[in-house]
This record gives sequence, C-alpha cells and structure tokens, in this order.
Amino acid sequence: MTLDLLIQQLVNGLIVGSFYALIALGYSMVFGVIKLLNFAHGDIYMNGAFVGLIVFSFVGIWVGNGWLGVVCALLVSMLAVGLLGVIIERFAYRPMRNAPRLSILITALGASMVLNGTALALTGGRHYAFNTDLGFAGVDISTVHITYTQMVLVAASIALMAGMQAFVSRTMYGKAMRAVSIDMGASRLMGIDVDRVIALTFFMGSALAAGGGVMAGAYYGSVHFFMGFIMGLKAFTAAVIGGIGSVPGAMLGGLLLGLLEAFGSSLPFVGSEWRDVFVFGTLILFLVFKPTGLLGRSVVERV
Amino acid sequence: MIDEVRTMPTAVQPQLMRWSVVLPGLAALAAALVLPQFANGYVTEVATTALLYVVLCLGLNIVVGYAGLLDLGYAAFFAVGAYTSGILTAEFGFNFWLTIPVAMAAACVAGIIIGAPTLRLRSDYLAIVTLGFGEIVRIIARNLDITGGASGLIGIERPEIFGFRLMQVQHFYYAFLVLALLTAFVCLSVERSRMGRAWFYVRYDEDAAAGIGINRVTAKLQAYMMGAVIASVAGCLYAAKMTAISPESFTFNQSLLILLGVVLGGIGRIPGVVLGAVLVALLPEVLRGAGTYRPLVTAVALLAIMLFRPNGLWPDKRV
Repeated sequence: MTLDLLIQQLVNGLIVGSFYALIALGYSMVFGVIKLLNFAHGDIYMNGAFVGLIVFSFVGIWVGNGWLGVVCALLVSMLAVGLLGVIIERFAYRPMRNAPRLSILITALGASMVLNGTALALTGGRHYAFNTDLGFAGVDISTVHITYTQMVLVAASIALMAGMQAFVSRTMYGKAMRAVSIDMGASRLMGIDVDRVIALTFFMGSALAAGGGVMAGAYYGSVHFFMGFIMGLKAFTAAVIGGIGSVPGAMLGGLLLGLLEAFGSSLPFVGSEWRDVFVFGTLILFLVFKPTGLLGRSVVERV
Repeated sequence: MIDEVRTMPTAVQPQLMRWSVVLPGLAALAAALVLPQFANGYVTEVATTALLYVVLCLGLNIVVGYAGLLDLGYAAFFAVGAYTSGILTAEFGFNFWLTIPVAMAAACVAGIIIGAPTLRLRSDYLAIVTLGFGEIVRIIARNLDITGGASGLIGIERPEIFGFRLMQVQHFYYAFLVLALLTAFVCLSVERSRMGRAWFYVRYDEDAAAGIGINRVTAKLQAYMMGAVIASVAGCLYAAKMTAISPESFTFNQSLLILLGVVLGGIGRIPGVVLGAVLVALLPEVLRGAGTYRPLVTAVALLAIMLFRPNGLWPDKRV
C-alpha cells in the first residue's frame, strides 16, 4: 500500500466513519435509556436525507445550491425528523413499554418497515440526485486532494457529537437521561418525568441520524429509500464496537469502523464487493471476543 | 440439567386434542389432498407456494414462537438449503435426495456460526445479527462463481422417486404437502418433548429457567438450529421445483414475509401459524395491482397486529 493510497483511505474512512458515528450515537442513546434496539433508526437516517433534499430543493430557489442551502436543509431536517422520532416513540414504542420483549422487537421492526415502505411508495424506488454546488477547492497532501467540504463534514459531525456529549454530561436533562438509563423506576420516584426524558432521547437521537442523512446525501449526491438499511446495520456494528450505551464509545466505534472498512476493502484479497461481509465478520468477532465493546460496561439482559 | 420438568403452567402446556382445532384441521387436510384434482394450474401454483410458506413459517415458529427469539434473516437458511442442493445437483451431479442431509448439515454449521456467539447475549443482538446474516448470505451468493453470481444458478435437476420424476406443479404440490405434514408432525412432537418444555420456560422467564437448571444458551441454540434445518430442507425442494434460483429469491423481504406469517395467525400455535402462512402466500396475489405500495401494506399489517391484536388473528382461547 503506497503512502498516497494510505492517506486516501484515511480520508475516506474518516468521512464514512463520521456518518456511522452520528447514527451509532442515536442507537446507543436510545438503547441506554429504554434498553431497546431501535430498528427504525436506519430508516430515520434515510428519512432525514429525504427531508433534507426536499428542503434543499425549495430553499435552493432563493439561496442557490451552495453552503447556505445545505445548512438550511440540515437544520430543518434535524428538527423535523427529530419530531418524527418522538411521534414514533409515542405511537409505536410507548404502548409496548411493558409488553414481552419479543413483541417490542417486532413492533420496532414494524415501525422501521412502515417508514421504509412509505418512502418506497412515495418515491417509487427511484434514486434522487442531491446536486450540491460546494466546489472542489481544498488542499493537496502528496497527490491526494482533500476538499474543504470533506473537512467541514468531518468537523461538523465531530461538533455535533461533542455537543451531544456535553449535553448528556453537563445539563440537567442529560443528568435525567443518565438517571433513567440506570433505573427507570427510581428515576420516576425522584420526580423525573420519564416519558419526557425518553421523548427527548428519541428527538436527539433521530436528529443526529437525520443530520448524518443530510450530510451523506449531500456528499454522495444521491438519496434512495433503501439507503438506511445497510447503514442501520453498520451503525449497530459501530455501536457494538464502541460499547453500546456509551456516547464516546459510539463515536470511537463509528470512526474505527469507517477506517477498518476503508483499509479492509483496499486489501488485495478482500475487494470492495466483499466490504459488507468484512464489516459483518468484524461484528461477529466482536460479539465473540468483546461483546461489551471497547468502552462499554457489561451487557445484562433486562429482567 | 435436571431430570424432568414435571409441572408446567397451564398457559404454556400444549393441548392437542381439542375438537375446535382437530375438526377444521382434518377438513383442511382433506381439502388439501383433493385440491389439485379440481383446481386449475394457477390455483395449484398458489397453493404450492402456500405450502412452502407453511413449512417455512412452522420452522421459524420454533425459533420465534417456542424459544421467543427474533430471527430477521430466516430466508438465509432457506437460501443455504436451496444453494447447497442446487450446486450439488447442477454442478456435481448428485442425486437430489442425497443433497438433503448435506443441506441440513450446512444449515447446522451456519446456525452455529451465527447462533453460538450471539445467543449468549441479549435477545436484541440476535435480531440484528440475523438481519445482517441474511444480507451477507445474499451478497456471498451474488459474488461467488459457484453460485452463479447475480444471475443465479440454473439447470437444477428434477428429483426422481421410485423411477417417477417430479415434473408438474401437481407433483410438487404433493411433495410440499408431505413436507408440510412432516414439519407439523415434528413441531407437534418437539412441542411436547423435554426440549420443547425447556424452550417454553426460557421464553417465559429466562432467569427462572436457568434457576431450575436449564442451560438457556443450549436451549436457544437447539431451537435456532432446528429452525435452520427445516428452512434448509424447504430450500432443497424449492430449488428442485424452480430448477433455477437467484440471490433475489432470498431477500430481507422474504424473511419479513415469513415472520409476518408467524405473527399474523398467532405466535407459537401450529393452527395459527398455518393460517398465517396461507394468508401471507395469498398476499402477493391480492396485492397484485398495488405495486410499490406492497411493502407498506405488509408493514402496516405487521404493526397493526402487534399493537392491536398481539396474539394474532386466531389466538389461543385458553391463555
């Protein structure tokens, strides 16, 4: 592997990794608070990309296809899809909160399928172009060209995640979130409005996924109803690698998985068509040897 | 493990000889036996698909209904069976019947690779890992040469039995009917076996089950592998019927349809699962004009059942 290829894959890995990290974070937060793997999370990411594209197309009429448009799309999509997350929690997950584990999981799956099926029905399964005009200016390291867009993208995801970490560790609501994740019943007795905290967690997790969706859509230039499926799986893998339930773990896991994937698929005997198999193999290995992940605590089945 | 699990809560004790189940069951069986004599090719074709789904749903029901594990990649084992049998007959000239034990062994190995690491962990992990597994099997089938790549495998041998070659839809209809009855018989016996009782305990309360000496990981793995084996046998027969298989027959949607069949009729109960399987097989025929709205209809059906009728359309009245 030459130095150029190394740098190129490092850049690719960091970008993909920051998308994974943003989505893994939502998985992890929701899991931490209600101990449920939110299957719909990948579809929320997809919905975020679509809402972003719609906003972008409307706003583009006035502000053009540049940075301002992308930022507008990002903010509106995060807000709207965050609310969508709250609605899903209210109507699909809350009624099931005391149901048997299997019913909760199937309901979560159903919610995911409804989002996905709606997107398919509305778009007819077409790919939509997300044509941005962000320019290709940037810096050259050796022969590798790194655009400012790529740098801003990674920086923006890190900023979002850092904001999230600050929220969870510094604010009153963050404290309530952590309390609920440790003991829901006791939190209620201490006067915490548990329903509200859960709704807030869904809002923030979904908003992050939507942010990831808009950025990924704008970066790759294409949006598709099925884009959330594999993304959800990989974000889950990232969350497991970092340690599910842990906020810094999700970031670490996401970036690590992005790098692993970038370098793994450039190995001569792996090849890009085996990329997903490679990621899945990593997941299985982690589950065998380090199921708690790199930064997580022990995983105990809810009784 | 203790010697015997003596008493069961009545709610989980399988009761078989109830007229409300036996009579419709016999009637359905009689109707199934004579159906191809009266029906045209189209109806027989749909009925054959329905029987295929009965087998698959009964198999998945062991995993989901009996052991309470969510498997989202069940079609992968169906694919393992179909491809194993297809490759062995088409590429290596094996006799169809000899490929069945090989396919069963392959499904067992795949079941252990996926099940052994994940079943020790939270049940959610299994759900998402099986989801990934379903995709991976499809990707592998698309990228290998021996599986025929994206265009699939063609020229799979039609099976022969006592010098009679299964050719027409009717022949495969009866073959699938036999397989469905065999599967139902296996499910009935396993339900009442020691293993089946262990599954019921694990499903109702894992910790209590561990407390009375049931090894819960072993119990779950047994259920998972038994489901895998049933799907692989169904896959063998499916490959023989189609004579050509491609990765697109084994998508995530296929797994979802099978799961919907289990959930729709009534999780854990053989009559309910059979009903659900038949409904799922009819779904594409009913929704023929729906086009891209089809997955949404499936999804809404699943969600509505879980939220408003969690015990299915034909629930157990005793519970």
